[in-house]
Amino acid sequence: MSQLAVTVIGPDRPGIIADVTEALVGTGVNLEDSTMTLLRGHFAMMIVCAGPFDEVKSALEPLRGELVITVRKMGPEHEHAPIGAPYMLSVHGADRPGIVAAVTRMIAAAGGTITDLATRLSGGLYVLTAEVELPPTAELEMLDRALEIAAEELGVGVTLRPAESDDL
Amino acid sequence: MITSWSPKLLDVEGQVLEVVRAPHPVLATEGATVDPLDPGMIQLAADLVATMRVSPGCVGLAAPQVGVAAQMFALDVTGHSKARTCHGVFVLCNAVVVEATRNEKAREGCMSVPDFTGDVKRATRVTVTGVLPGTTDELTISTDAFEARALQHEIDHCNGKLFLDRVAGAHAVYPRKVYQ
Repeated sequence: MSQLAVTVIGPDRPGIIADVTEALVGTGVNLEDSTMTLLRGHFAMMIVCAGPFDEVKSALEPLRGELVITVRKMGPEHEHAPIGAPYMLSVHGADRPGIVAAVTRMIAAAGGTITDLATRLSGGLYVLTAEVELPPTAELEMLDRALEIAAEELGVGVTLRPAESDDL
Repeated sequence: MITSWSPKLLDVEGQVLEVVRAPHPVLATEGATVDPLDPGMIQLAADLVATMRVSPGCVGLAAPQVGVAAQMFALDVTGHSKARTCHGVFVLCNAVVVEATRNEKAREGCMSVPDFTGDVKRATRVTVTGVLPGTTDELTISTDAFEARALQHEIDHCNGKLFLDRVAGAHAVYPRKVYQ
């Protein structure tokens, strides 16, 4: 048994998840973390699971063609240790090239890391949402200012706000 | 009056109980209505307060979280930065939300689901009815902000629901971010 990364993408239709996961369960695979979403009419799945590489590959073989499928062995799992407090980043504005690159570069320059990010384009509106962790050493005011300047140049709006949870 | 209530009125020593974690089946079981005069239930009320007190950051604890499928919870949001109206510490039996308005989304964590947090939409103003342990009169509590959220979270527990049952979307559950 190895830890495997399985990716699947193809034109959306009802039953893709059921087809893929049924094929996987037949090989004794246990799905671990996964994310699956619709990206402009293509259904995309990213799955990390533990299972036998050869069996998984051949079980998914009949689904190839309509779906683009990759199966890869992964190295040992690295526990993600949070580097600091969580923040939610939102960017929205008129679509143009370079928004994601510019904004994520600012986060990286502040020593931050992104744990989840999604972008959506609808008509002329571009929307980016991301979960960000910032180290305690990050200069928040400077990052805010840098993001504002980048946003101004790109003609988009940007907000970075704490995403702390309340224990109940 | 609920604000003058104190665990001392229960007149029993609370024991610290073990908090159960999902996927324990009791957390998905609808709690039974309780008799607030039953000595066993009065002891449970004291135990819930005692367990809540020793759990860092804990503002509420429901009977299912200590393994008892019953309609009872302890609450105390005193001093919480997001609290506005605050009724201090109290235990409520057979609580029901009778009015809920002005929904707002916020991220919640739970001692019974220690590895995840989730975005949950809940009313910011609620009216709840219930009975204090050791009494028989139904009382009505109206509150807002964080106490309103906490009340709804605990009443959900009493009905076998976790915040995971109410998350605001497919991407609204997050690995808990604990850092040193």
